[in-house]
Amino acid sequence: MARVELELTALPAHVRTARLVVVAAARRAGLADELVDELRLAVGEASSRAVGLHRAHAPHTPVLLTVTDDPRLLTVTVTDHGPAADPQVQDLAEDLWDRADDGTDDHVDPDVALAVLTGLVDDVSVEAGEQGTTVTLRWPLPARGGPIGLPSTAAAT
Amino acid sequence: MDLSLSTRTESGAAGDRTVVVVGGEIDVYTAPKLREQLIDLVSSGQYHLVVDMEGVEFLDSTGLGVLVGGLKRVRAHEGSLRLVCTQERILKIFRITGLTKVFPIHGTVEEAVAATD
Repeated sequence: MARVELELTALPAHVRTARLVVVAAARRAGLADELVDELRLAVGEASSRAVGLHRAHAPHTPVLLTVTDDPRLLTVTVTDHGPAADPQVQDLAEDLWDRADDGTDDHVDPDVALAVLTGLVDDVSVEAGEQGTTVTLRWPLPARGGPIGLPSTAAAT
Repeated sequence: MDLSLSTRTESGAAGDRTVVVVGGEIDVYTAPKLREQLIDLVSSGQYHLVVDMEGVEFLDSTGLGVLVGGLKRVRAHEGSLRLVCTQERILKIFRITGLTKVFPIHGTVEEAVAATD
């Protein structure tokens, strides 16, 4: 198992930092190429959401990201200290339309970001508590090849 | 990669169209730059826009919000905002959010400039 932890000051520029680090860790863990774009977008949405919430509610507290790879599962968590999540957006297009306004449309609406994540990634869980919200994203990892001659299932045990 | 923006005017069947060529990443960091560009165009009386997204490498919901904001602004002047995009990874977020029903999305700039409806 390998683990990467990242604490981000709530700056928009560091949303890109988060994408770069998580994509690098995921590639190293062996995430399939066809899932990397999905991961990049999902981590971008989750991090933008958290950074936006921190800028409004906890500007001096860092956003926490972790990337963990068990042999067969890549897990990314993004933990914020904003108001509890409410992933109940019914109509995304309508919500985006309603919230797009002069001067305010450069912020991620936290609930829209969650709804995009849910539509994008098969395995998403959202845990909202008093301190904030943890978004957990999971992707399968391919079996790693074991020593030459051994089937990969043997290497995983 | 940072956001790159350039504009040019092309003449279509229904009149001049302002083509905004966007490249790089549109996220929470760069989206304000795109928003300012769209606001400047509308402020200077250019209400028929074609946003060429073929060079966009990354687009998140912040970027979508800016495009929706641009569409609202041109519509307030009975204008139009058409997108040019064939990249599957960018189209995916339009589909997830249902915005494929809101934006006319074209395969080429020529097609978008020529569109009249």
